[in-house]
Amino acid sequence: MDERLTLLREIQELEFAMVDLILFLDTHPQDRAALRDYAAVRDKHMVVIKRYEEIYGPLSFCSTTPVKCPWQWLEGPWPWEIEYA
Amino acid sequence: MWMYEKKLQYPVRVSKNDIGMAKYLMAQYGGPDSELSAGVRYLTQRYSMPTNMAKGLLTDIGTEEMAHWEIIATMIYKLVKGVPAMQLREAGLGAHFAEHDHAVYPGDAAGVPWTAAYIQATGDPIADLHEDLAAEQKARATYERLIQLTDDPGIKDTLRFLREREVVHFQRFGETLNDVQACLDSKKFY
Repeated sequence: MDERLTLLREIQELEFAMVDLILFLDTHPQDRAALRDYAAVRDKHMVVIKRYEEIYGPLSFCSTTPVKCPWQWLEGPWPWEIEYA
Repeated sequence: MWMYEKKLQYPVRVSKNDIGMAKYLMAQYGGPDSELSAGVRYLTQRYSMPTNMAKGLLTDIGTEEMAHWEIIATMIYKLVKGVPAMQLREAGLGAHFAEHDHAVYPGDAAGVPWTAAYIQATGDPIADLHEDLAAEQKARATYERLIQLTDDPGIKDTLRFLREREVVHFQRFGETLNDVQACLDSKKFY
């Protein structure tokens, strides 16, 4: 669970950076530095998401990892059940 | 459309059951200034916004509020997990147990069910954005009171994150209000 949580934490950090940047870009659409930051974080996010999903299964139905049998989406723990260290 | 991402926006660490705190957190789950009110408010108001900035921002903040709603639900779920009925009763959640067992039902800290009367959508972008600015401040103030009501470091940490988001949203709504005001001023003739 430790490795899974470390990877999940990394995804949460990258996605938080993106959420904060998109709100900033909504009101500063011409800000080139913020646009560059957003592009950089998004690229990094795609790599980490792929790594996580290959091991622990899809985080959304748009996951790009191979489909496995049985339907992996149902595997727990669900987000509200995870015990963070 | 919306798509579910199978994770929380921010981790929720709960060190022990705390029924009283679960009850107080309902303020942000199903109360007037809750994350649910915020999400429904912004996602409703966006249809009558005149600028792409306002449409985009209300969509994005409204969506983030739903992620916060899930975080609050997770805290409440963990705080009362496995607690027997009599303990819930002693800590003031007896009425909740009678009607909802351990379900995370959207009501406020006093058990009053959530209602759309908590939000407004006037069709007037200036009036609506002012409501949104006030809503963010009311939610910030609620988080500050909730932080004082717990000594659990995990709960405090997550509540601090959520409080900070209210401050950021307030800032962005202010910028959008200026933009909408400029847009309307350039169009209006009396």
